[in-house]
Amino acid sequence: MAIELELISPFDIAKDLVRAVQEYTFLAAQSLANVFRRPLYTGDMLQQADLIGVGSLPIVILTGLSIGALLALNAASTLQRFGGITLIGQLVSEGMVTELGPLITGLMVAGRNASGMASEIGSMVVTEQIDAMRALGTDPSKKLVTPRVAATTFMLFFLTIIADLLGLIGGYAVSTLLFGLDTRQYWNTAWETLVFRDVFMGLVKPVVFGFIISTVGCYYGMSTRGGTQGVGRSTTQAVVASSVLILVVDFFVTKLIFALFGYR
Amino acid sequence: MATPTLPIENPAATTVEPASYAIVFDNVSIAFDETVVLDGISFQLPHGETKALFGVAGSGKSTLLKLALGLMRPDSGRIFVLGEEVTRMSEEELFAMRRRVGIVFQESALFDSLNVRANVSFRLREEHVSDEEIDQRVRESLRFVELERTVDMFPSELSGGMRRRVAIARAIITKPEVILYDSPTGGLDPVTSNTIVELIMKQRDVYKTSALMVTHRLQDAFTMATHQFDKNTNQMVALPKGQLCDVPMSFLILRDGKVIFDGDAHALATSRDPYIREYIS
Repeated sequence: MAIELELISPFDIAKDLVRAVQEYTFLAAQSLANVFRRPLYTGDMLQQADLIGVGSLPIVILTGLSIGALLALNAASTLQRFGGITLIGQLVSEGMVTELGPLITGLMVAGRNASGMASEIGSMVVTEQIDAMRALGTDPSKKLVTPRVAATTFMLFFLTIIADLLGLIGGYAVSTLLFGLDTRQYWNTAWETLVFRDVFMGLVKPVVFGFIISTVGCYYGMSTRGGTQGVGRSTTQAVVASSVLILVVDFFVTKLIFALFGYR
Repeated sequence: MATPTLPIENPAATTVEPASYAIVFDNVSIAFDETVVLDGISFQLPHGETKALFGVAGSGKSTLLKLALGLMRPDSGRIFVLGEEVTRMSEEELFAMRRRVGIVFQESALFDSLNVRANVSFRLREEHVSDEEIDQRVRESLRFVELERTVDMFPSELSGGMRRRVAIARAIITKPEVILYDSPTGGLDPVTSNTIVELIMKQRDVYKTSALMVTHRLQDAFTMATHQFDKNTNQMVALPKGQLCDVPMSFLILRDGKVIFDGDAHALATSRDPYIREYIS
């Protein structure tokens, strides 16, 4: 079977890109505005919080522990050379709380939930369920998008705290079991190194990432076209776009917080 | 192939009083990219009447239903539903208007993660109706389509015909003043199609609901024009000869984005237009 390739002009590509950004911005703004409008679907929010939060707990626990342990293991080999092995707690704590905890949790939840949102909503679009919902007098943005955005933003905040804590525990296990570090020494350095800026940065990021994951997932779901193949495409695009956006936005949030609070 | 048919004269839509009709289309046009799908469509649906919409695939029949419900916006023209101008409404106002209109989608469009009870009662739950009343009305609606036993089943467990009937139950649960049917018998066997036609007829003759029905099956529309629903025997009965135009049933045929026929069964059967003759033969 011959495959027909259609050439698309750069102008059309740019036009599509601008339209996509415009539609995404509108969906994201609307999802926030809906929080202050009635009806508020609290039942759906709780259901999504369970699916996203509790459902993501196992992977967050595993990745949190692994990243903390790996961070300690890698840091130890360098610190040992300079006789600074006692600083391992400080390194794990700062690395997990400010950067790796929010980032890894965000990427994990993006992989699991942005794809889930895009495929679920995308399937509803191609089977006319979204049209049916609108026809039944219900706003899909209020019923489907806002509960997912609220639940992801809220739950990612707590998932990140859990990941941070487990990362510290993973680092502690490596420090004590492999390098014979004293328990009190590890936790003291880990605790004392953290300043307000670090904790603030570590807690702002998951809120921003949660908003990105859910709005990107819902946007790709809502803009699905072309049957089951379209659903597959949306799912992939949602994971790629949300992951890339998290990494890019992470840089700017870090830079902004450093600019506000200053470097050490 | 028949010679091209001239579109019928615009029935002076601007002089029509929208409030006296269930649906009014006034010079409505819509195009997708370069393709003009509907080109200056005008017609009226009187209260209590069922109008069957015909046209070849891609002639804009389903688009027309979506326009009536405000799910799509036309490029030009005005649409009135129950006296309200849909084309000027905001999305919020449309949600309120849609509560007075029911729709049965081509592929049923049931929510696949909800069971039959939750699907049928979806709108009632949105309106915070009490659980007791919901139970009673769901039973009533499902009894209407003779599917009471499916109440706890999921759409994936139902046959195509059953899904259409559940979709009809969902559309009628709020007793809407207008129902839009998008190919309600498409892809179904003749027996199931007949059951669906009987249900639509029952809705027309018992509850006097106005309806637009997109269909490819002329025989379904002719059955509706030649029969009426008998409440006493709970089945449709054929009208005596000579009374064919007594039921509130009309036909509308679209071709190349224009209305080429809008009239009753008698006018359709006696039309001399070559395209229409070929279409109904």
